[in-house]
Formats: sequence, C-alpha cells, structure tokens
Amino acid sequence: MPTIKEIKNQLSNKNISVQELYNVYYDKAKKSKLNSFNHLLDPEYNKENINSSQARYNEGKDLSLDGIPLGIKDLFCTKGVPTTASSKILEKFIPEYESHVTQNLLNDGSLFLGKNNCDEFAMGSSNETSFFGPVINPWKNKNNTDSQLVPGGSSGGSASAVAEGICVASIGTDTGGSIRQPASLCGVVGLKPTFGSCSRWGVVAFASSLDQAGPITNSVEDAAYLLNSISSHDPNDSTCSNHKRENFLEGVGKGFDRPITVGIPSDYLKDINSDIAEQIENTKKHLSKLNVNIVDVEFTTTDFALSTYYIIAPAEASSNLARYDGIRYGYRGCGNTLEEIYVNSRSEGFGEEVIRRILIGTYVLSAGYYDAYYRKAQKVRKLIKNDFQRIYNEVDFILTPTTPNEAFQIGEKLDPISMYMNDIFTVPTSLAGLPAISLPSGLSKNGLPLGIQLIGNYFQEKSLLQMASLLEKEFCFNE
Amino acid sequence: MNNDWELVIGLEVHAQLKTESKLFSSSPNQFGSDPNSNVNFIDAGMPGMLPVMNSGCIEKAIKTGFALNFQINSYSVFERKNYFYADLPQGYQISQFEYPILTEGFVEIETENEVKKIRLERAHLEQDAGKSIHDIDPKYSFIDLNRVGTPLLEIVSYPDFNSADEVISYLTSLRQILMYIDVCDGNMQEGSLRADVNLSVKKPNAELGTRCEIKNMNSFKFIRQAIEYESKRQIQVLESGGKIDQNTLLFDTSTGETRAMRSKEFAHDYRYFPDPDLLPVHIAEDQIEKVKSTIGELPQQKLLRYVNEFKLEKDIAKIIISEKAYAEFFENLISAKLIHPKLAASWLVGDIFSFIKEKDLQIVDIADKSSKIIQLLEMIEKGTISNKVAKDILIEILQKNKEPVLLVKELGLEQVSDNEELERIVEEALIGEEDNIKKFQSGSDRVLGYFVGKCLKATKGKGNPKVINDLLIKKLK
Repeated sequence: MPTIKEIKNQLSNKNISVQELYNVYYDKAKKSKLNSFNHLLDPEYNKENINSSQARYNEGKDLSLDGIPLGIKDLFCTKGVPTTASSKILEKFIPEYESHVTQNLLNDGSLFLGKNNCDEFAMGSSNETSFFGPVINPWKNKNNTDSQLVPGGSSGGSASAVAEGICVASIGTDTGGSIRQPASLCGVVGLKPTFGSCSRWGVVAFASSLDQAGPITNSVEDAAYLLNSISSHDPNDSTCSNHKRENFLEGVGKGFDRPITVGIPSDYLKDINSDIAEQIENTKKHLSKLNVNIVDVEFTTTDFALSTYYIIAPAEASSNLARYDGIRYGYRGCGNTLEEIYVNSRSEGFGEEVIRRILIGTYVLSAGYYDAYYRKAQKVRKLIKNDFQRIYNEVDFILTPTTPNEAFQIGEKLDPISMYMNDIFTVPTSLAGLPAISLPSGLSKNGLPLGIQLIGNYFQEKSLLQMASLLEKEFCFNE
Repeated sequence: MNNDWELVIGLEVHAQLKTESKLFSSSPNQFGSDPNSNVNFIDAGMPGMLPVMNSGCIEKAIKTGFALNFQINSYSVFERKNYFYADLPQGYQISQFEYPILTEGFVEIETENEVKKIRLERAHLEQDAGKSIHDIDPKYSFIDLNRVGTPLLEIVSYPDFNSADEVISYLTSLRQILMYIDVCDGNMQEGSLRADVNLSVKKPNAELGTRCEIKNMNSFKFIRQAIEYESKRQIQVLESGGKIDQNTLLFDTSTGETRAMRSKEFAHDYRYFPDPDLLPVHIAEDQIEKVKSTIGELPQQKLLRYVNEFKLEKDIAKIIISEKAYAEFFENLISAKLIHPKLAASWLVGDIFSFIKEKDLQIVDIADKSSKIIQLLEMIEKGTISNKVAKDILIEILQKNKEPVLLVKELGLEQVSDNEELERIVEEALIGEEDNIKKFQSGSDRVLGYFVGKCLKATKGKGNPKVINDLLIKKLK
C-alpha cells in the first residue's frame, strides 16, 4: 500500500491528479463487499475540495494532507454529511457542524471518502453491533477460507477499509481498544493518543473520560502525518490539553540517541496462546537487535482493569446517551405520552449491546450501588494509573500483545463476556489515559495478522512513534 | 397559628446569575427573547457537544460567598443529575453535589424582637432547565429551550426558620444582598429568584416531624400563603391522628392550596456522578482576593453608615438601602456635599418616592434628573425657596425635566427673605389688628401663627416664614 508521503510525491510530480486519485479510491470503495463504509461521498460532492487541492499542488503550496482520501469513523460529526454512530436512532441525522478533529483534517487539505462503519455508538469489539450490518475483515483464515472474519471493533470499518486499501487511512476512536484491537486483527497500524491530545468536540460520545480519536493507517509514518493534523488544543473541549504539540514526523525512522528500555509485563503473558506468545518472543528479538534494553515488569492491577472499565464506560455511556430521546432529532417511536415516546424511541432505536450497557451503567450509578461499583471503580482506576507510573520510573515503553487472539468468525462469539475479553490488553492503557500503538508484527498459524502494543508515557507520542517506526522496519510486515 | 405547634422551615433558593452568557455555552443569558432563539448546539443537546464552563459564574459564586459569609471552597466538582424530561435536552442537569463551591455560611435577619442568624448549609452552581408549556394547546405541549443552561446558584439553608415572617425577612434580605453584589437581578416575576420551601411541624421539644417540600415559588406573597396553608394542613392532619407523607408539593396560586406533585416512592434516583466532560473547579487564593475587592458595600454596612455618619433615622435609612438603586440615587444626590444628607433623604423617601409610586416608575427612570433635583435641594437648603414652592417645582422637574433655577425665576417663586420688603409687609399686616396685638402681648402664642399666615398670604407664599416670624416678634414686643 502506498504511504501518504508516496502519494503526495505522485501528486506533486503530476503523475496523477487529485481527481484521478480520488476516483481510484472511490471506485474501489464502491466495489468493496466488506461493508466498511456507511456512507460514501462521490467525486461530485467533493469537487470543490478536489479542485482547490489540485490548485495548491499546481502552485507547489500543498498542505500536509492535501488530496489524501480518508475514511472517517461514523462517530465524527461531519457538517452536511450523515453521521449515524451506526445506530438506528441516528440513522437520518445530519449534523450542522464539523467536529474539531475532522475540521483539522479538512484544513490540512485531506478529502473525506466517506463515513466508516463501526459498532453502534462504538460499543463492541467485532463491528457486529452496527445497525448497518457487520463489517468483514479482508483477511481470510488460510485453513478455512470460506468463513468471513470480523475486523474487530469498534473502529472495524476503518481498519477493514485501510487494510483493503480502499482509503489511504482512516480516523477512528478508541475508548477501551477500539482503534488498536481492529488494527491488530486487520494487520494495520492503530494509534490511540494520550487522553486529551485530540479534541472530543463533535465526536458522538460513548465514555467521555476514555474516548479519544486516533489514526488507523498502513504505516507508522502515516500515523504521524495524521496525528500532526488531529492533535491540537481546542478550548471547546475542557479535557483537551493545551500543551505545545511536537512534530510527530520528526522521530519517525530515526534511531534513539539515548538508551531505551522496554518493559514487558509478565502478568499480561500468563494465559496467552502460542500465536500471541510467538509475537512477543519475536518482538523481543527485534528489540535486542535494536539495542533496546528489555526488562520484566509486573503490574498489580491488571486483573481488575476489565471489570473497572465495564463499570466506568457504561456509567458514562448511560448518561451520554440520554440525549437520544426522540424529541429533538433522531428516531422517534410512537406514543401517546412523553414516557411512551421515550420508551419506544429508545427501545426501538438502540441495539441490544447499547441497551445492555445503558442498563449496566444505570445500575452502577443507582442509589445504594454507587459506592460499591462506580466509586470503587474510580479508586481502582487511580491505582491503575499509579501502577503505570511506578513502572514508567524504570522503562521508556511497555510492550504487550494487542489482542488475546486472531480475528474470529462473524457470529462466533455470542456471549458478551467473551467478547469483552478481547479488550483485556488494551483497556488498562485506556483507563490510565496513556498513548498506545498497535503494530502488525506477524501472522498466526492460520495466516491471520497479529499485532503488538507499545505503550508510552503521557504525551510521549513522538518517541512512541519513533520506537514503533524502528520496530516496523524490523517486522517488514508490509513486505 | 396554633400555639401548641412549632414550624420548622428550610429554604432552597435558586438565584439566576446575572451573566452575559449561559453556564456552559456562549448563548445569551436573557429573559423575554423569542422562544428557542437563545439556543445553540450545546443547549439543544446535539451529539458530540461539550460544555465549557463560563468563568464569570465562578466569580459570581465567590462574590456570593463573601456576602453570605460562606466558606469558599478551593475545590468543587460539577456532576450530572440524570433524569428524563422534554425540556432537559442532555438528559441530565449539570450541577454540583458532593463538592459544592460554597459551604457553611449565614445571614442575619431582623425579627420582631431580635436579630436571628440563619445558617446556610451550602450553595452550588447548576444549569437551569428549559420550559414546558402545556396550557396553550389541548393536544400538544410546547418546549422553549431559551432557559436551558442558564446559570443558577442554589442557596440551601438549614431548617432555621420558625415562621413565614422569618422566611420573608430572609428572602428580602437575600434578594437585597444578591442585587447589591450584582449577582442576580432579583426580578422575581421573571423567575430570577425562586424558592423551594421545606416545611414540617412539631410539638415543642419533640423530634423533627416529616417534611413536605413546596416547589418553585417566585413571589413573597405566595410563599407566605403557601407556608400558612401547608402548616395548617399538617397540623390538622396530625391533630386528627393522621401522619404526614413525605411529598413534593406544588402551590396552586389560584386556589391558595398545596397539592402533591410526587410522593417519596416516586422520587427520582438522579444517579449523580462527576461530569467527565468538565474538570474540577480549582479556585486560587489570589482569585478569591481579586473578587473580594470588587464587592463594594453591602446593605447592612450601608445602613450602619447612614445612621452613624449621616445621622439618618434608621427607618428612613432602611428604606433607602432596601434597593441598591435607591442607595445609589441617594448617594449621588449628596455626593457633591452641597446638601445635607438628612434633607436629601427626607425628600427622597417623601415626595420623590410618592411621585415614582404614583406614576408606576422605577428609580432608574428618573436617574437623569438627579442633577436638577440637586439644584432644587440646594435652593431649599439655602432658603431660596420655601418647601411648599419646592414641592411644586419638584413635580415640574420630574414631569417635564425643567431647569429648577429657571422655573423659580420664571414663575417669580423665589422666597422673599429681604428684610426691608418683609418689614413693610409685616407692618401692613398689623394695621387694624389692635385686638390681636393685645392678645399676643398678654401671652397668647396662637396669635403669632395667625400673623405669620397673614404675612405669607401677602407674599403669595414666597416669604421666608422664619424671617417673618422673627420680624413679627420684634415688632410685637
């Protein structure tokens, strides 16, 4: 797959026009059978943007993402373009405003190919909860080529589309692993930045204290390109940091001029399968080649992370999703009283998984249960943060698997708990708010992609991408 | 009131903060706009919209903290109060719960025979909801979201009140203070100040009774009526052997009765939790100090100063400080130190207030006439015109905005204090009054009044009564 830099060179050298480039991707996306887009924007719609982008190339004044066709997870509000969160309740919703992140991307010249399918309200780990049907992973199990595999979730449409090559890159969101897990299962790069790096303004909220936008790309360098665009201070998001952003491209491909230590948490590796264990062993070898110091580290809180996450995230979701009541916009069920309208709109408008999480969230916040669940979960969350900081006193990065398994079949995992287990390695990082990247590291015995997760300290995306780019070169995954 | 029973009342007062924009959005915070015109994407609860705190509201809260003797907390947290209603677009109200911005304050109120301290438990910032209108169409309800997100400060008292009088005295004083510090416009009709009344009754020395909460009242008159009705109702229920259910009540202003809105079993579980879209509020010491310097004189401080420094009678001073605008008007009158404060005060609460009341005006409506009023008062003070003439001129000023000095000249109303002229008038007045002169000389003071009157009549009211008086005494001796 061509990288952003390569495509920009082609455009600068006039080997291809912005229009031709857009058409190529648009046609591929239109023909795709993987259901990775909820909504495609045809060349006519983007005509003006395409022309102004071309004009900038002609003048040699191209912007950092000029002419690059991107997928946007259908959770970002895009002005005048349907934004559904893959839910029936927002099926016909067209926002009158542009999210901060997508506005940044537009300002940098990129073109939106369309809105990527995802799990409904980003709740899911397989992209099967979407109202618009499941997304299919472009990869096939070589021992069972008939079966269709999930791309992971919730940013499954983004990961599938990037892996299939029908968009150059996509912007997803990650709450408990929603960028990293599908990136891993689709063999692409997925970065979840530090909480507070990217504005949440205009992103349909799932769990406010965890949601973070991030890129899904074919290369670490592309991820740096996109992070440069989407990470900026936004006074409209009180939780968005106002620190000065670095140029994340600067470190990509360069060696470190200081000794680097990577910690591998032994408690993460307790029950992993041989495919996953092999990825970690393999990565260790490459790290040694790169003269990186490897140390064993041990968390004391890992066992509590998943249950903590499944209290805090649903609690916030139960409140964040209260606004979808059928009164001002979105799907409205029939009813003779206000209460009937509420009950019918929400029962008919939300899918099963969303309803499950709203109920869990409502329960853990209820009088008499708050202290036992929500308050306790917040305390554990604090301990998890402390646990990470203790370890970051000794190491620069932490290496873990991204997922406990390869991509599974659509419809295979029926019980919610086994689905939630998919996020076991990604959730602790989310709770701590740390940046983490999933990098394709190799294939399973069934020939399916697997990824490793590199976790950095707060706002250390630049060195995290640098480290990832060095490993990427070692893995040679794309070749 | 039945003497065997004691009333126990606590108040929750919602004060709308006087700010340009809403608590968490940039929409204008103003009353009386077209329905749904002061609403932006945040107020309407659109997907992905986030609240951003208006720091002006924090400043208003700090000011209130000083004025009501609160502890101003350096750490407070906005939480979500979750419930569904058509005029609550987010599905939750952002409020403060576990960590309010102000805790433990007090207000002193005057009761019949003592000064009573009303303890305040807390005050917290929160958003107002919109308005549901159910009574303009038989089939549809209408929603106006203009009020959504309007900043409120909810001031919660301890159950320290024992009568409607105490409650009204507190509310009057609270309203006064909030208006003085420019935190709230105090406009009760527009709902800028609303109170929930928690009321129970008990026998002396008994445990607290079960309370009922009467919601959302915005008139002193109705609050008094509601307290009187509800306390009688509770006493009746208890005396006939019944028990009080812990209910939320509405006061029906048309019947003058309270009725149940919802009972305890149907009480909401609001599922409060810290709003993850907002950071905790940290208030630094220097911010508190900065706000402190902007507070100005509070009503009670003014009252003391007026009485001690200006020697005003307490009752008159109280009237003047009762509204900030009155006090400002008064202080403007005396600012050039040309007029004695007592003179200005008596004209203000006398003729000026009567005029305003009669014409149904506000003090601000005549603010532009204050320099002319000052000229008028100066003439009174110097004795250039008589009180009687001054009263007429005041009306001319207030109604027609005329120049007082010109008026006096134009109408020839200048008071005659010229001794020669007055001496001539006095002499004329005594002609043919031999009987009365004798009466005076044999000790009848009443005759003096008769002569003064006669002289004044001869001057068409312009003669200076004091000069005439003195001249008469001299002549008659």
